[in-house]
Amino acid sequence: MTKTRAWTRAARTAVVVTLTAVGVRAAIAQAPALPAAPRNAPQDSGALRVQVQGTLSVAQQNDKSLEAATKSVASQLRCPVCQGLSIQDSPSELSQQMRTVVKEQLAAGKSEQEVKDYFISKYGEWILLEPQAHGFNLLIYWLPTLLVLGGVVFIVVIVRKWTAAPTASGGGTPSLAIFISGSAGTPSVGDDD
Amino acid sequence: MNWKRATIAAAAAAPIIGLFAWGMTRDPNNIPSPLPGRAAPAFALAVFSPGQAGLARPVGDTVRLADLRGKVVVLNFWASWCLACRDEHASLSAVAATYEGQNVQFLGVLYNDVPDKGTAWIMEMGGQSYPSVDDPGARVAIDYGLYGVPETFFLDANGRVAFKNTGPVTPGMVRLKVDSLMAAAQAAQAAAPAATQGLGDTAVPAAKVRSGR
Repeated sequence: MTKTRAWTRAARTAVVVTLTAVGVRAAIAQAPALPAAPRNAPQDSGALRVQVQGTLSVAQQNDKSLEAATKSVASQLRCPVCQGLSIQDSPSELSQQMRTVVKEQLAAGKSEQEVKDYFISKYGEWILLEPQAHGFNLLIYWLPTLLVLGGVVFIVVIVRKWTAAPTASGGGTPSLAIFISGSAGTPSVGDDD
Repeated sequence: MNWKRATIAAAAAAPIIGLFAWGMTRDPNNIPSPLPGRAAPAFALAVFSPGQAGLARPVGDTVRLADLRGKVVVLNFWASWCLACRDEHASLSAVAATYEGQNVQFLGVLYNDVPDKGTAWIMEMGGQSYPSVDDPGARVAIDYGLYGVPETFFLDANGRVAFKNTGPVTPGMVRLKVDSLMAAAQAAQAAAPAATQGLGDTAVPAAKVRSGR
């Protein structure tokens, strides 16, 4: 009797397990056809939030870098209708439109140099606020340095003449005041020879 | 007077004075364009002012530079708020009318303005013989390296920028440029068949010659 009851219990358990397995398989098979879970479903919201936040942060990062690149290029381009202003700093309509072109070209995948080259091909090198360092333009970069060096050499020569020891002929060293005033009849650097 | 010192001072000052003097002779607004000699930037712009009979294009029609290949094109950038544009408008319109039926296309391009205001301005000025197109966002203006208005570009029959004029144009200058570009186009057309005939003697197919041009 006990044995029969045990068999019955075992058979009932087997049926329940089988039915459950069949039901689970059927549910899995139908899963794609089921309506999507609501957005605020508690079990999915965490993963969804992470995914959305990740996408947003990447987009924000891209947006920030695009803005920075646009600002960088726009700061180097001259506003055609202003005096000495970049298109970044100018409030003129043309500058705003040029900034839009810069941003669009950068967003399309062009490098900063390619965008600058585009504007140079339309306006010439004049469009660059800072001339490129090549050819005749090098004069702009080197001339101030050369002038400073020349000035230093000039000062050294003058000071050495002022502080030179008196010559055997008895000529005295001219003072700074005399050199500047250049009074007639007084010895000066230019009169040494 | 210490002549040596005076000479040195003059020699040092002369280049600086010369540089300033040279700068005074230059117009800071007259900046040379790199475009002449290069292919004209392409455009496709919608007509907002049709022009007058003979030269007219319907409003809304799209004018494409590619479709104008083989014609001399005069591209005049203007705006209703531009005072200097008033100086050239009547004469440019009159000159354009004299080229009706010839291989020349005059086209006005509205720069940083509203088409309604442009249309009103044209009516106020007594009409315009050639059509005008709108340039939203000044994209074409930037493509042509525009500094301001009015600026006029003369494109040859091969679609190259031949000449750019900053400021109002004069009728004489427009005729001179257009006539010379038309003459060049006619000379090139006349030379092309002769060249093809000469090459024909060497048994080169005519189609190949045409495609290679």
